[in-house]
Amino acid sequence: MPRRITPRAFGLTVALALLVGVLCVVSLQIGSVPLDSRTVLGALVGQGDPVDVIIVRELRLPRTILAALIGATLALSGAALQGLLRNPLAAPSVFGAPSAAAFGAVTAIALGLADTLSYALPVAAIIAALVSVAALFALAGASANILTLLLAGLALSSLASAGVSLALNLAPNFYAALEIAFWLLGSLEDRSFQHVAMAAPFMAVSWLLLLAARSGLTALTLGEDVARTSGVRLGVLRGLTLVGVASGVGASVAVAGVIGFIGLVTPHLVRPLVGHDPARVHVPAMLAGTALLLAADIASRIIPATSEIKVGVLTSLIGVPFFIWLVLRQRSRDLMQVVG
Amino acid sequence: MALVAENIGVRFGSRRLLESVSLKLAPGELVFLLGPNGAGKTTLLRTLAGLVPASGRVLWNDGDLARMNARERARLMAYVPQGHVAHWPITAREVVAIGRFPHASSLTRLSPTDAAAIDRALAAADAQHLADRVVTELSGGERARVMLARALAVEAPVLLADEPIAALDPEHQIGMAQLMRQLAHDGRAVLAVVHDLTLASRFGDRVIVLNGGRVVADGEPIRTLTPDLLRQVFGINAEILKTESATALIPWTLSSRAPNRFEQP
Repeated sequence: MPRRITPRAFGLTVALALLVGVLCVVSLQIGSVPLDSRTVLGALVGQGDPVDVIIVRELRLPRTILAALIGATLALSGAALQGLLRNPLAAPSVFGAPSAAAFGAVTAIALGLADTLSYALPVAAIIAALVSVAALFALAGASANILTLLLAGLALSSLASAGVSLALNLAPNFYAALEIAFWLLGSLEDRSFQHVAMAAPFMAVSWLLLLAARSGLTALTLGEDVARTSGVRLGVLRGLTLVGVASGVGASVAVAGVIGFIGLVTPHLVRPLVGHDPARVHVPAMLAGTALLLAADIASRIIPATSEIKVGVLTSLIGVPFFIWLVLRQRSRDLMQVVG
Repeated sequence: MALVAENIGVRFGSRRLLESVSLKLAPGELVFLLGPNGAGKTTLLRTLAGLVPASGRVLWNDGDLARMNARERARLMAYVPQGHVAHWPITAREVVAIGRFPHASSLTRLSPTDAAAIDRALAAADAQHLADRVVTELSGGERARVMLARALAVEAPVLLADEPIAALDPEHQIGMAQLMRQLAHDGRAVLAVVHDLTLASRFGDRVIVLNGGRVVADGEPIRTLTPDLLRQVFGINAEILKTESATALIPWTLSSRAPNRFEQP
């Protein structure tokens, strides 16, 4: 059967999967008690020093699993949005979806609707993300005009930030404000299996919806008229993407705070190797997102600092220059089009 | 077997874009849709393709297209829009593979039937040599062929093309017109919007002339495009060129009797 998966794309997928495996082991090794890889693998199956087993299974494993899941989910959301909007600058963080999700979560906490370990938290985050992505689609309209999208994203992002600031402003005491602020920075520190259980179902929904919408994205490459006359139901495609991105981003933010730019960066990292067909970017981008967030989380633990560097800060430090580079590349392309 | 449009009307706000348009398109026919700018040609083509909400009915073999689901309809009619947009730098083969969307369950796993249809479409559009090229880097003529190949890969009995020869050089214009002629000869029903009266009169089995959202003429090109009609609808006079194989109109001068559209208040 002729498959369109090229050897290069297959090789990249395998290489990324291996890299993810290695990074998972490294992630289990690093911490205040460094462990070697053999100890880690033994502890995973319950063998060795009971203290090591607890450190690996109870403390580091949930953190590692969350990093992997969140990396994959954010990357998938980015790939799906770029495909739907037919734009390489699209990503949840560019449009303020994570800030909106954070606002939803903070509001739930501030209103006392949720302690940090109940499903009310991700649900509030997801609803807020849903509203923000829906508002973005409505504001930008059916056109794929990047300027309109970015301006709409800027407006929504600012609104969400203002909402979060208001929550900080109205925080009952200094410690509550500090907790919210730290949570906003995005971190995977001290996460438990309860966090995994809280986020995983919503992430599974997100993956199912976004992966199901893949083929339609390929048809959209030739514009909406070609997609519609090819049998793509655009309303369904938009709906799947909307709910998929919102539940993925909402669930991620609910357990780890705002971790930006994974969704923007990863599709670009894999495209040179798998091609630009939007349907083929998804899975390699997910693996790349997993690897990127695991690496960033490991780095956040290794970099010497008075307190642990928050992983969300690291991804933004990588992501923003990358975004600027994308804008510059886009600008030179626009210039070439004007000249040519 | 035929595509039949009955009494099509399209409104945009208070403006009537199309009004009681009826037409018939049979397999084996190459029909050119003509008319001045703003006559409603693109709107009519998009309406037939199911992209524009309209009053009236579009039937295929007496079956109402409005009752078909999106995929059934997609397998029946292939549509090539104006402008030949490609948002991602994918290869020409990947573009043509999109034509299999109405048939395939997934574009990432194409069946041998799909692969064969893609090869046939590339061959029919004379675009095999472009298969592995990146579509955004092709010239206008090459890209037009690849986009047509995408529509051919659908293997639909009806092909609707909006200005397929606009912005092409003379070589590619004639090539594209001959290709559409061939497609009709092979049994497809082809309806194409063009502005070039010479190519339309030379290659078309029929022309349908739209003006102000209404069909003002429909028939064999030379007999239909009378001096009166050319003056009233297009504001031009034409010369007639007869060769051994064909007769064609050549737009020649602006007509003095037509309402001069350049002098509207």
